[in-house]
Amino acid sequence: MNWIGNNLDLIAQLSVQHIRLSIPPILLGFVISLPLGWLAYRFKLTRGLLLTVAGLLFTIPSLALFVLLPPILGIAYTSEANVTIALTIYAVAIMSRSVADALGSVDPAIRQSATAVGYGSWRRFWAVEFPLAGPVILAGLRVTAVSTISLVTVGILIGVQSLGYLFTNGFQRRIVVEILAGVVMVVVIALVVDYLLVLLGRVLMPWTAKQKLVRPQLERLAAQAGGAS
Amino acid sequence: MNLFAEAFAWLFAPERFVGADSLQVRIGEHLFYTFVSVLVAAVIAVPLGYLIGHTGKGREIAVGVSGAARALPSFGLILLLVLLIGVTQKPLAAFIAFVLLAIPSILAGAYSGLEAIDRRVIDSARAVGMTEWQILWKVEIPLGLPLLIGGLRSAALQVVATVTLAAYIGLGGVGLYIISGLALRRFDQMLGAAIVIVVLALVIDGLFAIVQRLIVPRGVAAGRDSDSRTKPVRPRAVAESSAHQ
Repeated sequence: MNWIGNNLDLIAQLSVQHIRLSIPPILLGFVISLPLGWLAYRFKLTRGLLLTVAGLLFTIPSLALFVLLPPILGIAYTSEANVTIALTIYAVAIMSRSVADALGSVDPAIRQSATAVGYGSWRRFWAVEFPLAGPVILAGLRVTAVSTISLVTVGILIGVQSLGYLFTNGFQRRIVVEILAGVVMVVVIALVVDYLLVLLGRVLMPWTAKQKLVRPQLERLAAQAGGAS
Repeated sequence: MNLFAEAFAWLFAPERFVGADSLQVRIGEHLFYTFVSVLVAAVIAVPLGYLIGHTGKGREIAVGVSGAARALPSFGLILLLVLLIGVTQKPLAAFIAFVLLAIPSILAGAYSGLEAIDRRVIDSARAVGMTEWQILWKVEIPLGLPLLIGGLRSAALQVVATVTLAAYIGLGGVGLYIISGLALRRFDQMLGAAIVIVVLALVIDGLFAIVQRLIVPRGVAAGRDSDSRTKPVRPRAVAESSAHQ
């Protein structure tokens, strides 16, 4: 326990760095997945293609992806961009599927009603379909956020600093508490971000408190996620 | 792209296939760790998942466990267990870590497979006089298989990825080439190994995909909804498996 007391600064500094590395992939993944998920939901051809590619990308182990990306993109192994791009790819792979599922879960009768009262497709998407798909999209975003925060730690193997530093450093110096501190901090950050997303969902979608329909989708996401690490 | 040529040159060099550090030995280690961990995890998680799915009890705990497990950084967990169990027993520590990481996906696959079944199907089975045991074996397990295989699939891929990381503690596997390549700045070796790992993961994923298709009961496959976009809001086992391509 002494180690923690002596290294609070280090833990805090690495936590901040960890959060800083986690946010861009989560946000980018969300933004990129919206149009991709819509394409997958809307057209049968793109659905098969996109979901297959997303599934395949998601199977690539993270360390392998960190090694594959630099020569393809012409970036340095040790650059933060490497980690950011790799984790964005995973985020898109999870999110585009859940966006497609989410849009598919909107009751067709509601979609038709919206069209019947004169909504164009653009306005119908933003005013009707997107909000109703919200709970399932949020479930996907939560999975993405938590797994991204956990995956950032792998970056330490290629030299990108994060809480993963406590793992390798603690292992080399044989300090159990140091590794434990790293694991606990990663889990705490993940759970806090997860909770914040739930809160955000409640604020943006106040009607979801009573809605139970998202359960099956939620659990399916839970069953599918977790491939890459 | 020149680096890729070098990677393939490394990959297909004659010395890659001889000795204790040969590619086939490393791939064998990788597959061995993956297979045994998933098997042990399945032996633990499948009965537990079926118990939860059949009785409906304890699902909140199961959901919570799978959620929390996703937040757990696998690399940190391996290193932590190695130090706790003892540096001399690295394989055991790593195995425990792999099994722990594989359990949540399999558990979720097992109980959500039972849960996704239309309640009316189970009520009908009970109505025609099936015992609870028969309902489980003849109705719930066959209908839940596609989702269970899906859970095993995620678990296997997760373990393949984690075995790669476990090379850091000197466990072997294909990841060892990457870890030692990082230290030696041998980019051809790292890239070649990364390609092998990706192929390994894709092959495992593909095999599970095939099994998942084959395992759908005939009656279910016949009544399958052809367009998954217009699937019912409350998806049943049917819609679940057709959406999972």
